[in-house]
Amino acid sequence: MTAASRPLTRRQPISERVIETFLFLAAALGVVTTVGIIIVLVVQAADFFAQVNPIDFLTGTVWSASIEPFRFGVIPLVVGTLSVSIIALVVAVPLGLLAAIYLAEYATIRTRNLVKPILETIAGIPTIVLGFFGLNFVTPHLLKPIFGSALGTFNTLAGGLVVGLLITPLIASLSEDALRAVPRGLREGSLAMGATKFEMVRRVIFPAALSGVMASIILALSRAIGETMVVVLAVGTSPKLTLNPLESTQTMTAFIAQISAGDTPQGSIQFKSLFAVALVLFGLTLLLNLVSNRIVARYRNIY
Amino acid sequence: MIHSKRVRLSALAGSVLITIAACSTASSRGGPSSAPLSGTITIDGSSTVYPITLAVAEDFQKANTGVKVTVAFAGTGGGFKKFCNGETDMNDASRPIKADDAGEGVACKAKKIDNLELGIATDALSVVVNKDNDWAKCLTKDQLKKIWDQGSTVSTWSDIDPKFAVQPIKLFGPGADSGTFDYFTEAINGKAKQSRSDYTQSEDDNALVTGVAGDTYALGYFGFAYLEENLDKIKAVEIDGGAGCVAPSAETVNGGTYKPLARPLFIYPSKSALKRPEFAAFVQFYLDNVNTYVDETGYIEAQPPVLAKAKADFAAGLK
Repeated sequence: MTAASRPLTRRQPISERVIETFLFLAAALGVVTTVGIIIVLVVQAADFFAQVNPIDFLTGTVWSASIEPFRFGVIPLVVGTLSVSIIALVVAVPLGLLAAIYLAEYATIRTRNLVKPILETIAGIPTIVLGFFGLNFVTPHLLKPIFGSALGTFNTLAGGLVVGLLITPLIASLSEDALRAVPRGLREGSLAMGATKFEMVRRVIFPAALSGVMASIILALSRAIGETMVVVLAVGTSPKLTLNPLESTQTMTAFIAQISAGDTPQGSIQFKSLFAVALVLFGLTLLLNLVSNRIVARYRNIY
Repeated sequence: MIHSKRVRLSALAGSVLITIAACSTASSRGGPSSAPLSGTITIDGSSTVYPITLAVAEDFQKANTGVKVTVAFAGTGGGFKKFCNGETDMNDASRPIKADDAGEGVACKAKKIDNLELGIATDALSVVVNKDNDWAKCLTKDQLKKIWDQGSTVSTWSDIDPKFAVQPIKLFGPGADSGTFDYFTEAINGKAKQSRSDYTQSEDDNALVTGVAGDTYALGYFGFAYLEENLDKIKAVEIDGGAGCVAPSAETVNGGTYKPLARPLFIYPSKSALKRPEFAAFVQFYLDNVNTYVDETGYIEAQPPVLAKAKADFAAGLK
């Protein structure tokens, strides 16, 4: 016994320490990267804000980064981003939730095993393909017949619809997990009380899964806000302040893509403005994540 | 034993063969002028000149399979920034290099990148509208300025002319890295880079074509070749530079009546890069055949004296 356990105890600290170090490094890598990104963003953005008043930046309504006189009012880009995201949510929340409820409560196991992977495939389509789909199919063949000549070649609506399509599987899949995580006892209890299946879903299952459902929606919103290729192609690169979804706008991500792909010299004001815009984008998604955490914590029912 | 010796021998013979083969390829590569050319040529710059250079590059590569030519279209200004930083061998340009610009002439001088300015074609910078546009047949220079100038308040077609449609005008044009943008703003608005900024900007002219083609109330501007290639979807507006309405065409450009938007197109090879035989051969090939490709891509041939000067400058630059 002692002979066998001695080498074990002697070896354990070394191998264990190696493994622990590896595990720690793996975990730390993500944290270090995030901290690094934040530092780079803040440092470069600080440089930008030395030249442009932050108040003007946050409240300005004209964005002209490459054509003089340079104006850096981020509102048009933020409005562009939010327009696309809101349209996307209008599409994705009902579709995603209905799909989730169907998959979790109504579908047979066979249907579920068939439908769910197909639904998730949509999320796997490269977004540039979806962008092309928006520009060359959704706009000319779906929207043009409805809106006629008021619709631009590049427009917020097509971008929003396609991004909505893109995030629907995200909401469906995560919400379905949340719905299915509701304990069996609750289902059986409500059915035993004489509730119909739909009443059970509406009154018992859905409220019980609400925190998970809300989290999935906010996660999808973050994804929509960060989406780039679809909006570059379908929404265009016209940084003007408008709420009309039939016109072309520019989102924060599309601006970053446009300037990064061009030949903006390092150190120029345009180059620095990238970091300021990225900081706004980062702040927005961080805020959403915090809200999502709050919601999960607040509405969480522990069984 | 015998068996393994044989194996060793044959292995030895094999390696000798490989060595001989390697020697023969090495000697043929490093050989005299009759040897095939090899190497990589990097070109960037104007999206207007891009179709010409791309067509030249494709045929040159077919004739010289050892040479790889990459052609990109960052815009004239964007391309010059790379060129004067020593990143490319040649820059396509839809306007002359700016001697005083920090990213262009100044940077080229600082980095000692001597270059040749070779005129290769003429462009009729075209103002285009959707094919269903039946009202804007002709626009004056002043109307164009009213539309495109900095601080412009034109938001509907009727703002330009009360007879035009009371419909929002959708504007498409190149971005600030583009030579077309520089040329147009200087010719129309009076100062290079002075322009309104709330329009759809792209350095990719095909994106602009797509934009105008899909929107009845669109107006845009870009190089003549992109118009010629897409006449089924878009059409040119005649320009009145003061002496009546003139449509862009080879005749009006050569006759000097398409004003003020007829402009020369250039290539800027780096002199030091011309010391590389494959690049010198490429530029020679370019100048020898340029009119074929200019016709093919839809641009207008440069006047004979311009080409003669380009060839003479090139010959002098090789020395």
